[in-house]
Amino acid sequence: MAAPKTRWRARPETSGRVTGWPARRHRLALGTLAVLVAAVVLVPLFARLDQQLVDLPSSGLAPSWAHPFGTDEVGRDVLLRSIYGLRVSLLVGLTAAVAGVLIGGLVGLAAGTAGGGVDRLLMRIVDGFNALPHLLFGIFIVALFSPSAIAVIVSVAVTHWTTAARIVRSEVLSLRGRPFVDAAISGGSSRARIVRRHFLPNLAPHLLLAAVLMIPHAIWHETALSFLGLGLPAHLASLGNMINDGQRSLLAGDWWSSLFPGLLILLPTLAISALAQHLRDRSSPRHRSESAL
Amino acid sequence: MLEATDITVTFGRHRVLDRAAVTVSPGEVVGLAGPSGCGKSTLARVLALLLRPSGGRVVLDGQPVHRWRHRAPRRTAVGLIFQQPRLAVDPRFTLLDVITEPLRANRRPLTRAHELAEELGLTPELHSRRPHEVSDGQLQRACVARALALEPRYLICDEMTTMLDASTQAHLVARIEAYRERTGAGVLAVSHDIELLERWSGGNVRELAPTLPIKEAAPATGERSSA
Ligand SMILES: Nc1ncnc2c1ncn2[C@@H]1O[C@H](COP(=O)(O)OP(=O)(O)OP(=O)(O)O)[C@@H](O)[C@H]1O
Ligand SMILES: [Mg+2]
Repeated sequence: MAAPKTRWRARPETSGRVTGWPARRHRLALGTLAVLVAAVVLVPLFARLDQQLVDLPSSGLAPSWAHPFGTDEVGRDVLLRSIYGLRVSLLVGLTAAVAGVLIGGLVGLAAGTAGGGVDRLLMRIVDGFNALPHLLFGIFIVALFSPSAIAVIVSVAVTHWTTAARIVRSEVLSLRGRPFVDAAISGGSSRARIVRRHFLPNLAPHLLLAAVLMIPHAIWHETALSFLGLGLPAHLASLGNMINDGQRSLLAGDWWSSLFPGLLILLPTLAISALAQHLRDRSSPRHRSESAL
Repeated sequence: MLEATDITVTFGRHRVLDRAAVTVSPGEVVGLAGPSGCGKSTLARVLALLLRPSGGRVVLDGQPVHRWRHRAPRRTAVGLIFQQPRLAVDPRFTLLDVITEPLRANRRPLTRAHELAEELGLTPELHSRRPHEVSDGQLQRACVARALALEPRYLICDEMTTMLDASTQAHLVARIEAYRERTGAGVLAVSHDIELLERWSGGNVRELAPTLPIKEAAPATGERSSA
């Protein structure tokens, strides 16, 4: 029998200690996020937004010192509304991501731990959810409610928990076969104790990564639903609503009332994605053992 | 008595154990030898009630075993020291966590963990280290302490010292011997190192013959695929 051929090659420098642009990129992402979060938290303390206020005389003003992002077709300051909109988007995105990962995590944990028929049934349900076109399904769910943040959160969580379920299940299946789980069983640990002491701590990094990866996605869904008029109530400042409103004034040449909210969707989603990538690189075993030295 | 008879284990179409048998009495050391891949670790897992065999029976102190793994109420009566300490501890646990975990799971006083750690030569500064921060020998000491924590009536040492140096090997064997003399536990020492087994068990060594692959099980064709 021929010995298996071992090929040695230099590992690409993408994992492990990262230098140059990728390292700076995650700092840039962190900085961007910090600025955005600070704005979202601090600005509302000093400048309250009256969601219903209309100021027709100053409608459609181009960006200036008084209104850095301009004003919209009914004279509202685009900067202030964008910040309030971003606040809603981040909150909805975060909550939906956490809810989705919790649902998926529980389903994946149940499937992986119980195995057998329970596993097959749960995975069949996951397949079923995945087979549905998820934007349409999401629209169907929000349509059941009146427009509200809760409806959007439910819609995004219900359409996106399956990824987390798959990740957690496969991770549990691999953990289950490890000798240290045998050792725990031999030491008298119950199933619940093994889940608590071994599975959950070892799953935590994966859950965190899944949640972080889901936030930008959830933000896009929130804006898409609001843009379609199905998400948040139309008078509320949300990025999706603003772009929806802005597209009308776009024809009149007012580019600012949709461009700036659009940028504010792009910026945090890109930053969070970069951060998620950094998290993933960092949790690779090679980096862990390197940083442990 | 821990008694296994006619143990057959198959993984898929691959038969790993074919009517294997081994018996360990309290207070006795039995050596189990055999070439690599012949199923020693598999038999050890069956004896520790961690693997349900496809055939055969295990009798623990006169009671036939019907339930395995989590469902086996008497599984803590058999302690198992695993072949590879690296894989046998949760990478997130400290060495002290490793030793206290079975005590916590069974609501026993945790002071025992410190005594065991000291007995096995784990100095206090090692207690808070994680597996990747200690040597194989130090990790295996923690694994031995863990296996002794619940005072099992039978102890299975699966290649406990194969990857360790001679002095660590002598120390660990001496610890287990002391435990056996104090509690009257039965010990099954598994190794491919017949000399060690002969010395440890006083000549009480059983050979586990390798099983032939099912298809080639017929006449004596010398080739054997287990490597
Ligand atoms: N989970 C498994 N699935 C399939 N095959 C397995 C599994 N575990 C072990 N085997 C096979 O069973 C055979 C016996 O394995 P085992 O680990 O019991 O051997 P061993 O005698 O302990 O060997 P060593 O001396 O190298 O430790 C091997 O051929 C192995 O490939
Ligand atoms: Mg083995």
